[in-house]
Amino acid sequence: MSLNRREFLKITGLIGLGIGVSGVNLLLRGRVDASEFLSSPESLVAERWAMVVDVNKFKTEEDYRRIIDACHSIHNVPDFGNKKDEVKWIWTDEFEHAFPEQQNRYLPEWVREKPFPLLCNHCDNPPCVRVCPTKATFKRKDGIVAQDPHRCIGCRFCMAACPYGSRSFNWRDPGPFIKERNPDFPTRSIGVVEKCTFCVERLAKGLEPACVEKSNGGLVFGDLADPNSNVRRLLSTHYTIRRKPELGTQPSVFYIIGGEENA
Amino acid sequence: MLDKALIGSRRYWIWIIILLALIGIGFINYLRQFNYGLGITGMSRDVSWGFYISQFTFLVGVAASAVMLVIPYYLHNYKKFSKIVILGEFLAVAAVTMCLLFIFVDMGQPMRILNVILHPTPNSILFWDALVLNGYLFLNIVIGWATLHAERKGIPPASWLKPLIYISIPWAISIHTVTAFLYAGLPGRHFWLTAIMAARFLASAFASGPALLLIVALLVRKYTKFDPGREPIQTVGKIVTYAMIVNVFFFLLELFTAFYSKVPGHMHSFEYLFAGYEGYGKLVPLMWISIILAIISLILLINPNTRRNETTLVLGALAVFFSLWIDKGFGLVIGGFIPNPFETVTEYWPTLPETLITIGVWAIGFLILTVLYKVVVSVREELGDVEVEH
Amino acid sequence: MYDGGKIIVGLIIFLLIVTFPFYTNLGRPVTKPTPDLNTPVIKQLKVKECVESKAFMRAEHMKLLNEWRDSAIRNGNRIYINSKGKHYEISLQKTCLNCHSNKDTFCNVCHKYAGVKPYCWSCHFVREEGRG
Repeated sequence: MSLNRREFLKITGLIGLGIGVSGVNLLLRGRVDASEFLSSPESLVAERWAMVVDVNKFKTEEDYRRIIDACHSIHNVPDFGNKKDEVKWIWTDEFEHAFPEQQNRYLPEWVREKPFPLLCNHCDNPPCVRVCPTKATFKRKDGIVAQDPHRCIGCRFCMAACPYGSRSFNWRDPGPFIKERNPDFPTRSIGVVEKCTFCVERLAKGLEPACVEKSNGGLVFGDLADPNSNVRRLLSTHYTIRRKPELGTQPSVFYIIGGEENA
Repeated sequence: MLDKALIGSRRYWIWIIILLALIGIGFINYLRQFNYGLGITGMSRDVSWGFYISQFTFLVGVAASAVMLVIPYYLHNYKKFSKIVILGEFLAVAAVTMCLLFIFVDMGQPMRILNVILHPTPNSILFWDALVLNGYLFLNIVIGWATLHAERKGIPPASWLKPLIYISIPWAISIHTVTAFLYAGLPGRHFWLTAIMAARFLASAFASGPALLLIVALLVRKYTKFDPGREPIQTVGKIVTYAMIVNVFFFLLELFTAFYSKVPGHMHSFEYLFAGYEGYGKLVPLMWISIILAIISLILLINPNTRRNETTLVLGALAVFFSLWIDKGFGLVIGGFIPNPFETVTEYWPTLPETLITIGVWAIGFLILTVLYKVVVSVREELGDVEVEH
Repeated sequence: MYDGGKIIVGLIIFLLIVTFPFYTNLGRPVTKPTPDLNTPVIKQLKVKECVESKAFMRAEHMKLLNEWRDSAIRNGNRIYINSKGKHYEISLQKTCLNCHSNKDTFCNVCHKYAGVKPYCWSCHFVREEGRG
């Protein structure tokens, strides 16, 4: 029988498709059987983790340095030495930059000049999670906006979406720029996004986030859904603000702005 | 039919070699970028999208413009476009390919690109953008190739092409709208958070795309025996004119909202781009060039005498193209990041490796365009179908 | 055949290029990889067993690590109960690499032999080396 070129290509294509489909089962083979995965019994659990920042408890520059170093050292955060490439999970800035839409020039001096610790707000309604094309950033049941550096493709859509500038990207290989490695925690690779994770690995061991631990009460971490928690007590007795509330992101980092006692 | 691209004049081959050289340089620089990281570009923690994404954004518009030829010809039987619809479709192929390449070179972990397919995320606009761009590429390759092949054989195009062609019309609108949605849904970027973003994108697409098509069609007439015809070119020119008027109008609407309301978030990016903000103004001269080119283009295109004269028409089209290239390529994307969420400024300018990679991708697009157009021209020459139409 | 001479010459050149790895390695001795298990931590273990059996690990450790990764990072579950019911903390850094701290004489030995380059090492690292 004679076959013309078109028919030959059609048949070859169908055979190829058939082989391909039957090969799919090769991908499904070899899953790890019947073992279990548990959450550690000593984990801190909450329905909705939140943080209250009391800037009045931060008195010296050392107080800020301590919390930033706590975070950056245990998480192997690199220091590239320039603003363009910088990676930071927690840092400080003045009121007019932390809360630009609440700026007024008649604010008391101690508000204007005080550095405010800034970090990922782990929003209830996070735009970064909404835009991530691979779910590399995702929201956990306990409210934490988590980051999976294995899945991140480095598209940086989340960085465009974050209204708070909380996210950093590894524009270069971070390896040579990590001062002293913590061997209990990995680094990140080139080309992925990173940010504050509310120390999920510490929470799993029953420990508070590193910055909270070193803040001498300046940062308070607790369950927003528990009416008797430390954060709820603070929120019900102090006036707090959040960054850019009009955007509807529902951040869970609250800032106590004190009164005349700080003047 | 692809073999027709292997036969050409000396001038053709010199052009191909120049393009290949630019592609080679771009590729070498991409390897440098792959080793060093995206830090080799001018992007920073504050301006986290730069030249690559802005080129992609601009080219999505150029790609969608094929629909400006398809609608009149296939939906409304505008027979005058019969010879140039294929040019629009193949321009779309080249443009979408460049879009996908620009996205690829911008990725921090390009080896993981399949994650977008392995972990589909319908709530992410980037997921939909990947889908619609690839779909549009596929549609235009198939439609263009099959219609050209049928023309060469002297038979009517296959019946299954009609539904594909009809689908390509809303699909073209969708690639644009989805790309605009990348920007228009981000709560923290006030420069982009406007409903008119998608409409502006469409207007600037239908101005810049047909403008490029017009320029390329005239180049085809100059350098080959194929003449697209005077009247089709005039119609394309009219499309560019109206689209540019709408585009400029939309821009003025944005200016009104920003500066009449005096809401800082709305004003600051415009201030940075056109007047400088807090002492930073690297993009100001470029943006004003864009404005001047837009005004020149409108003068040349609205006036029927200068539009009918093909020399001034080409100048008008070039003015449209470069004005909108600056507007989308520098103004829109970079302006969205400046000032940053802290209301301070980190400026951006593309670096040399970044520019060379960009030129390399453009060269790939032009290579695809050249090869495909060569096939079209050769097929038409073979058919003897190259009399000058009036 | 039209242009037959050129085609046959081209085919021969192609075959020469494609089979290059085979004939250039003819006769070269290939030794079975012997990963080294004598690390300080392993020497101090009373019972020398890994998270799962050697056979399982040899065949499936990469799949196990993928499941570990998703369990810890995506699901927040950081305890693994192995096929014998023993509990382990899910952590490449703290569990696996704690015992197998000799990446060069353990992990790399088989990976080089099999010609694989897992990208785990772009982030995960071994204590002494400081970099994976």
